[in-house]
Amino acid sequence: MKSAVVVFPGINRERDMTRALKLVSGREPAMVWHADTALPAGTDLVVIPGGFSYGDYLRCGAIAARAPIMDAVRGFAQKGGLVLAVCNGFQIACEAGLLPGVLMRNAQLRFICRDVYLRVERSDTPFTRGYNAGQVIRVPVAHGEGNYIADGETIARLEGGGRVVFRYSSPDGIVDPNWTHNGAMNAIAGIINARGNVLGMMPHPENHVEAAMGRTDGRGLFAGLVDHFKLAA
Amino acid sequence: MISNEPAITPELIAQHGLKPDEYERILKLIGRVPSFTELGIFSAMWNEHCSYKSSRIHLRTLPTKAPWVIQGPGENAGVIDIGDGLAVVFKMESHNHPSYIEPYQGAATGVGGILRDVFTMGARPIACLNALSFGDPKSPRTRALVAGVVAGIGGYGNSFGVPTVGGEVRFHRRYDGNILVNAMAVGLAAKDKIFYSAASGVGMPIVYLGSKTGRDGIHGATMASAEFGADAEEKRPTVQVGDPFSEKLLLEACLEIMAKGCVIAIQDMGAAGLTCSAVEMGAKGDLGVTLDLDAVPCRETGMSAYEMMLSESQERMLMVLRPEKEKEAEAIFRKWGLDFAIVGETTPTKRFVVRHGDAVMADLPIKELGDEAPLYDRPHVERAKQPVIDAASVVPPMPVAEVLEKLIGAPDLCSKRWVWEQYDHVILGNTVQRPGGDAAVVRINEGPKALALTSDVTPRYCEADPFEGGKQAVAEAYRNISAVGGKPLAITDNLNFGNPERPEIMAQLVGCIRGIGEACKALSFPVVSGNVSLYNETNGRAILPTPTIGGVGLLDEFTKSMTLAFASEGEAIMLIGETHGWLGQSLYLRDTCNREEGAPPPVDLAAEKRNADFVRGLIRDGLVSAVHDISDGGLLVALAEMAIASGIGAVLEAPSRLPAHAFWFGEDQARYVITARNSEPIAQRAKEAGVPFTRLGATGGRALALAGERPLSVDDLKARFERWLPAYMAGAV
Repeated sequence: MKSAVVVFPGINRERDMTRALKLVSGREPAMVWHADTALPAGTDLVVIPGGFSYGDYLRCGAIAARAPIMDAVRGFAQKGGLVLAVCNGFQIACEAGLLPGVLMRNAQLRFICRDVYLRVERSDTPFTRGYNAGQVIRVPVAHGEGNYIADGETIARLEGGGRVVFRYSSPDGIVDPNWTHNGAMNAIAGIINARGNVLGMMPHPENHVEAAMGRTDGRGLFAGLVDHFKLAA
Repeated sequence: MISNEPAITPELIAQHGLKPDEYERILKLIGRVPSFTELGIFSAMWNEHCSYKSSRIHLRTLPTKAPWVIQGPGENAGVIDIGDGLAVVFKMESHNHPSYIEPYQGAATGVGGILRDVFTMGARPIACLNALSFGDPKSPRTRALVAGVVAGIGGYGNSFGVPTVGGEVRFHRRYDGNILVNAMAVGLAAKDKIFYSAASGVGMPIVYLGSKTGRDGIHGATMASAEFGADAEEKRPTVQVGDPFSEKLLLEACLEIMAKGCVIAIQDMGAAGLTCSAVEMGAKGDLGVTLDLDAVPCRETGMSAYEMMLSESQERMLMVLRPEKEKEAEAIFRKWGLDFAIVGETTPTKRFVVRHGDAVMADLPIKELGDEAPLYDRPHVERAKQPVIDAASVVPPMPVAEVLEKLIGAPDLCSKRWVWEQYDHVILGNTVQRPGGDAAVVRINEGPKALALTSDVTPRYCEADPFEGGKQAVAEAYRNISAVGGKPLAITDNLNFGNPERPEIMAQLVGCIRGIGEACKALSFPVVSGNVSLYNETNGRAILPTPTIGGVGLLDEFTKSMTLAFASEGEAIMLIGETHGWLGQSLYLRDTCNREEGAPPPVDLAAEKRNADFVRGLIRDGLVSAVHDISDGGLLVALAEMAIASGIGAVLEAPSRLPAHAFWFGEDQARYVITARNSEPIAQRAKEAGVPFTRLGATGGRALALAGERPLSVDDLKARFERWLPAYMAGAV
């Protein structure tokens, strides 16, 4: 799996992401600078990691969505290339029109860093094939604006199309407002686009990939992607 | 020298915080009346913050050397050797006054400043800690200050991308009107690639890096209003505004030019900005410095020399560049979208010359600006010692079970989750132990080594007995690091006190420094960096003396780090260390008897060392399943914290002739609670090592069951532990 990690100024989880990608795929990802206009030839997976692109001084992700490299990312996605957008990456993907909806400030208006539980809604996507449908995983969140909101029609389309792939839940998989720390509609933690090749999610699977560090719940996402490309090859 | 600068009057001198005899000293030193800009430069260099004029002669007594110390105090941060060609760079610094005036920006720029101190030396920051002291929760501003400070720390650190892994939060009415925000940063560097601030070589370009200079943070902005400068622009408030995005870019750009070998010397612009950094680089290198202010990137037009020299705009650096690398360095800074300007050069004259337009605005002897700063041996008079309180004389106001319920949910002991959940504590993927334990544990690169990090002080002990309190602060840091399995290596000290011109306050400073020094010597735990914050008073009432100790320790194998949660049911619970039932200055006495009094617990440094070595040995050899240091609140509070963290209860006895309340809540030092499946080998080892060892009971069930007391449900204790702070912040209590 040949991955490319897009780095905008102010992105700060690119090291976490590259470490996880390398650990699971065995291959060092290429780092792509925001001012670049093309992705490395032969890229399988584009990753937009977390952070505070351009300081997030405007709406989160709004400036990054208009950076030179994003035309190449949009072109890549239009051709069916896989894009994984995490945290600030998810916000950027929404602002760039790759995914619908928007991430608002957390309902409690505070930044929250803690482990949360996610129910994996389906396992038949390239991003979730490493998990079983209905499985609950525990991964950290670290965001101030993770409260997913979209209009009723969009939500209906997402739900109807099975495009919500991760939902905040209790440890035993019950969806409950008490376990939705940021107030997201329908407890949405991660969605895919209609074509199924772009995933946006707020939590950080890249921070739970090493057994020696305590938990490996995030590993399945990367391992599933590696399998996907192996099968495709 | 300059026509439109104000005349130097006694009022102007006083507004600059210079005493008449200090001004006389300036006249003698330069042989003439200083210009307005020069007066500003002197006031910046000779204030307490930059010159340490009240504390310097006492700070010199602190032990600062050990075979593993690469750089002690006097640089941007301390540096220690951790093996494998790696060094740890760290320091703690206060941002107290700004945080009271504007809590979000004050705290944020405090974090920004300390991060800069660390990466200026070539280190990538890997962790932050924060020690926060707030006023009485009932005071009207406290809630807003907590909210603002915590949001500011998170806002800066989270965006910059460093995990904030630990710290302290306390409340006491003596911090009403004068909160403390002490920020610590820890970075990692290659041992042979540390960068220092001493310039070398004549005619070398001095480069300005980072954000533009504005009018924010100009010291003494109250003065000099309409009469200076033609355009009477509104002066910005004296609190700086932080920009973590620029700081992140500055970090990456600095590390990149350092790796490319472009840098001779580098210094961050912190307090007194351009003045302090330029003088320090020249003076340390025995060189003069000439600055051309026309080249300084400014955010606003019409800034005077005085304003530029005293601006404390954030996210700026000054650097002496290798001339042949100029183009390369500039290209790197342009790539990161940062300002890069050559603003001066080194000279052989040992003079600090500042030019602006066609005029020379300052021409001063550079060494004297720092070395000839006033040095005071201020009078200090110790207060009478407080009496030792006999535990038997303290009549328990309520049963033991009720005391625990009260203490565990009280502001000082309750869970600080509401605070640390606002800090990204997992970024970089190396946080082995998150906040809430004795010390945070942060893995180094891919391991196997890790750092143990803590910050500690018990201000009420320092108030009652500065010497013992100073010792205790160091001992507790030593204990917390040992409790997770770390070998304590070095500390940074952040000394927060009141007005040193008052002999009783000066005595607190002197006593605490003596205590810190004694403990550091006995524990081979040297001071490698620090900061002094004085004049923390409001309406003539000082804060509690608060010498915050930031400790760094090393674990050889991060997978062996020990936590405080009970590991499983049916394990033996043991107490290491001696219990005398010391109630003087205890939280028991304060929070349940309403008596904040008595002599604090004495610290036996030999016992601290012996017991810590013993506990560390148990951890290393895999003989224990949980370890917790005993501090505020005493033994039963420590046991409750272990139960709450695990959800597992315990059956406990008090094998002691002491009164129950003294046994369970006394705050004797040098103690740990440990658990193990098999207690026999530990008992044997303790006997051989001469370490006091007591069996307390066993883990199990869902309650703390004490002989003669009603059982306390762990779930209920946990609810009490977690309840207060969120409820308080929501305005519900």
